[in-house]
Amino acid sequence: MKVKKDEFALNYGDSHGGKELSAEEIKALKKMAHKHTKRMDGWGWAFVICNTIFLVLFTLITLYPVLNTVAYSFNDGLDAVRGGIYLLPRKFSLESYSKVLKIQGFLVGAKITVLRTLLGTLTSLVANALLAFIISRKRFLFRSSLSLFWVITMYVNGGMIPVMLLFKYLGLTGTFWVYIIPGMVSAFNVMVLRTYMEDLPDELEESAQLDGAGYITIFIKIISPLCKPVYATIALFVAVWQWNSWFDAMLYNRMKSEYTTLQYELMKLLNSVMQQSGSANGNNTTTTSKQVTPVSVRSAATVVTMVPIICIYPFLQRYFVTGLTIGGVKG
Amino acid sequence: MATMVVLAVVAILKEREALTMAYEDQNVNSGAAETDNFSQAEVTEAAGEVAAEAYEVENYAREAYEHKSTLDDEQIKKLSKKRISKGELKRQSVLLIIGLIFVLYGLLFYYLPLGGWIMAFQNYKIKTGLLHSKFVGFDKFKFMFEFDTFEYALETSGNVFSAFKTWINNVVFVRTIRNTIGMGALNLVTTFIMAIVFAILLNEVKNKFGKRLVQTISYLPHFLSWIIVCGIIHDSLSSTGIVNDVLRFFHIVDDSYNFFAHPLWFWPIVAFSNVWKETGWNAIIYLAAITAIDPSLYEAAEIDGAGRWAKIRYITLPSIAPTIVILLVMNIGNLLNAGFEVQYLLGNGLVQDVSQTIDIYVLNWGVGQTDYSLGTAAGIFKSVVAIILIVVANTIVKKLGQESLF
Repeated sequence: MKVKKDEFALNYGDSHGGKELSAEEIKALKKMAHKHTKRMDGWGWAFVICNTIFLVLFTLITLYPVLNTVAYSFNDGLDAVRGGIYLLPRKFSLESYSKVLKIQGFLVGAKITVLRTLLGTLTSLVANALLAFIISRKRFLFRSSLSLFWVITMYVNGGMIPVMLLFKYLGLTGTFWVYIIPGMVSAFNVMVLRTYMEDLPDELEESAQLDGAGYITIFIKIISPLCKPVYATIALFVAVWQWNSWFDAMLYNRMKSEYTTLQYELMKLLNSVMQQSGSANGNNTTTTSKQVTPVSVRSAATVVTMVPIICIYPFLQRYFVTGLTIGGVKG
Repeated sequence: MATMVVLAVVAILKEREALTMAYEDQNVNSGAAETDNFSQAEVTEAAGEVAAEAYEVENYAREAYEHKSTLDDEQIKKLSKKRISKGELKRQSVLLIIGLIFVLYGLLFYYLPLGGWIMAFQNYKIKTGLLHSKFVGFDKFKFMFEFDTFEYALETSGNVFSAFKTWINNVVFVRTIRNTIGMGALNLVTTFIMAIVFAILLNEVKNKFGKRLVQTISYLPHFLSWIIVCGIIHDSLSSTGIVNDVLRFFHIVDDSYNFFAHPLWFWPIVAFSNVWKETGWNAIIYLAAITAIDPSLYEAAEIDGAGRWAKIRYITLPSIAPTIVILLVMNIGNLLNAGFEVQYLLGNGLVQDVSQTIDIYVLNWGVGQTDYSLGTAAGIFKSVVAIILIVVANTIVKKLGQESLF
């Protein structure tokens, strides 16, 4: 039987005057080639083993503290003080979670965080995309000057105090909008979007223009549908940033408990304990509260705060990989 | 000069040709307009516009040709700028309006705060405001740096190095500069090396499923906030944490060791936190760069008898070198910005001499003590150093002949 479509056979045949090979001959040749490329000496095996050990260790170090926190959060509060809990809770209890949900600031914080993540991501995406669209139009008069205007903001900024005073004068301090408006445009994200848009063929815009489409129509109907992957990337970046922000809540809304965020509430919980470690003996486990001890409540609060993001990010992997590659290399 | 003019003319003529062709196309198309969805009038209008542009370009070309001996670069630039026709301007008006809104937004939130830098040279009070506060020159900077301490130490010891040491040990702001740059550099080096090593080693894994699993897990910490990361690091190093458990198990320590009470451990802990959080994330770019390497290079190397190490050393590393350099320049500019959250969250009274950074100084003085002028002055110092760092890094990269940022 002759195997004609086999690429290997064809290549071989070419270099041997078109002589066709039998299936057995091909099999033997392939085996030889396989043996040749996969041949591994002692060093090769040593490398593979060391590499595997390294990566397994790396994964364990990354994963263990997170799983440990989860285990603590499901453990009985009083029992958790003794320590020695690793991957599984010793005395299962959901008490810590009900405690966390009873903390007043936590619920408000959760609401505000969800709100700022949704609204902030939406406004930021629209603003960044629009700016990137303008800068990426090759015939736009002020294309390079507008681009430079925003690139400068990546490297020079007024600093914490002038910005804080400005927000105070503008009346943004002590409102929800301080989370949304000032951070709406990010030069880095704009540059990622611009690079992506510039790589789209110019003919799209030209033919649409001949059809009588204005720039707004081109942006909404032609460019945006093609930019979905990079939009997803930017949305992910902004959403993660919004979800994880705490410093703005502390700096601008410290007095306004109705605008607290989840991370800021968590920070208040964790910080009291972290500061204790600075005391001479550093034993922070001497707390003798009757019900739930800080360790399990803190863990439960941490789990509540990180679960949404952990659940989402594995599904968006391919998006942020592309986004980061564009942004990082062409920056 | 003359050749430039000729080139310009050739370019312009080429464009004119293209436009005339487009014009003819339109004429042809208008015959079959019923097949398309736009009306005859629209087609004529569009065609007319194109023709008008073609005419204008032709004029410029003739102009450029006739004046070829007298034109200089400046004029050519002007001529080529003038090519934007009225119709184009009208079409672009929407872009101009949106662009203007973004400029106003940028001026308000990014450029206006720069005006606040005046505060650093004033004794700023909220009551008197920016316009009527008293100017004090460089007093705030003098207060921060306490140059007299340095001078005094120099006089008494006569040795520059020991005077410098005394200065760092006694002046808070100088110490924060040391901490910021020291921790920034340590973080930069460790995260960079770890990301590159991780990317290369992960790339050597042949098992697709394992590779993907490890990579997915490696991203995880990047998505956690610094608060969670610091909480996790803190718990791991606490008396009941895994690190102390392991140390006790091997009888390295008898009682648990308090890592946060010893200044010596603070910088390594901060560096480790950064490595733990960002290694997987930073490796994404390197992995992408490694994937883009032409596989035939490896095949050729194999035939020449190169082993794994030789392939990494002579193919992988040189291929990702440009990426490494660009990221290095970008990150050196951010070196000073990285010194806030971890230090603020993990720092405590016992280690504050090595944990305080410029940002924490700004927060303590500017917000805590409401000395806005001092806070601004410290912020300005940070910005200026950051800009110097990035320019220096970029120049070095250029000198080395690598692709640079600007």
